[in-house]
Amino acid sequence: MTVENTAIYMDNSATTPVRKEVAEELIPYLIENFGNPSSIYDLGKTSKDAVENARKKVASAIGAEENEIFFTSGGTESDNWAIKGIAFANRNKGKHIITSSIEHHAVLHTCEWLEGQGFEVTYLPVDKYGMVSPEDLKNAIQDDTILISIMLANNEIGTIQPVEEIGKIARENRVYFHTDAVQAIGHVPIDVQKMNIDLLSLSGHKFQGPKGCGALYIRKGTKIETLLHGGAQERKRRAGTENVPAIAGLGKAIELATSEIEESNKTLLALRERLIKGLLKIPKTHLNGHPTQRLANNVNVTFEYIEGESLLLLLNAKGIYASTGSACNSSSLEPSHVLTACGVPHEIVHGSLRLSLGKMNTEKDVDRVLAILPEIVQKLRNMSPLTPKENRTL
Amino acid sequence: MDYSAKVMDHFTNPRNMGSIENSDGIGEVGNAKCGDIMKIFLKIEADRIADVKFQTFGCGAAIASSSMATELIKGKTLEEAWRLSNKAVAEALDGLPPIKMHCSMLAEEAIHEAINDYLKKKGLEPWTE
Repeated sequence: MTVENTAIYMDNSATTPVRKEVAEELIPYLIENFGNPSSIYDLGKTSKDAVENARKKVASAIGAEENEIFFTSGGTESDNWAIKGIAFANRNKGKHIITSSIEHHAVLHTCEWLEGQGFEVTYLPVDKYGMVSPEDLKNAIQDDTILISIMLANNEIGTIQPVEEIGKIARENRVYFHTDAVQAIGHVPIDVQKMNIDLLSLSGHKFQGPKGCGALYIRKGTKIETLLHGGAQERKRRAGTENVPAIAGLGKAIELATSEIEESNKTLLALRERLIKGLLKIPKTHLNGHPTQRLANNVNVTFEYIEGESLLLLLNAKGIYASTGSACNSSSLEPSHVLTACGVPHEIVHGSLRLSLGKMNTEKDVDRVLAILPEIVQKLRNMSPLTPKENRTL
Repeated sequence: MDYSAKVMDHFTNPRNMGSIENSDGIGEVGNAKCGDIMKIFLKIEADRIADVKFQTFGCGAAIASSSMATELIKGKTLEEAWRLSNKAVAEALDGLPPIKMHCSMLAEEAIHEAINDYLKKKGLEPWTE
């Protein structure tokens, strides 16, 4: 296969490939070191050590202590645990939760479910860049507010929230602060002390670890209910036999990703800017998200007059893997709640494209995408009844 | 998306894409908010569809449905074109995913609109069923 025929993967916010070093770290725990960490013999101890070693690495990656890290099945479980756990453990103190309107569905749908359980939720608006205003947050806090859950960086548009400021406000008002950092790990340096974060969700497969494994950081002394009841694993707070290979892999992956942040961001940023600059040369194209306060790997644009799914299919036919904010592939046909919250008009919201960069992407990939995309956009615009004459070539 | 080879063929190489100047009937259904708009242009000669073109804003299934529907009614009488059901469009495409069935519905509706537009222009009663 020549390079020209190789597929270009630009959907790293959806998932990433497991790194070779990570695979090498985890494979022994699938085969020879298969023991259950709860068993008392040596084989069990080997597994236990692997889990504890990974815990150290996760703690050190975010400035936490080892006993504040709990392994889960991924970002969704971590978000569910953090929000439901805080809500039910603190319901005698209050029933009010604050979140933002652009959270991942793992947070939003959890909050919506809690509304049905008698909790009250405020969904903070965002500005056109997807940024939460600390002033709005201050004004939303009530006497009975028990939790603020605001993501560190958005999965669709990459906007990075002023987390340190949010943490400060939460602390001053003695409200727990949870952040979904699933997209941020490996891109944004995180210090839970400095940022006053009480709970943080992360997921291994977003930073070249294995799928189905994540963690929740819970600050020592936080009053939180258990989500999964059963055995005494994770200091009796998260039952279920540990996914030892995945945990070992996650540990290695987070160690590599966080130690390489600076270098990797430098490379990604150059690629991102090259890509954005090229895309905006296509007429009637708009950048979504913040121009600078955004993840180094995130590009999200809207092309007027066309629809996202058909764009993805044509890109796929050219060997380019990307995604869209448009939910046309779901049964709801609802456009992206993130772009809608940013005020992207509903007439054009369906024409959005997310290209999320990763370690494998090169300048050559970016240039190939920039060579192919204008043709595809034009093809669809020629097909669309919305396209004005001046934007047609047929 | 789980599309049949036929859907992908009609999506990537759409038949009858474009518009007709001085068309005899135009039907436009759907809206941008929902992410689907289908516009059908008809040229009618002696009660037959002499030519048909479409413009579609929408997903792969919407574009493929437009392409297939125009193929199916080209050369047919108005009555035959009117009777084209969304199911027939979907079947001709070797099926559509359940959540995309509404795309074939749009094709049926757009054809009805275009035929009625023609009838109205002729001063005739629009058809209802």
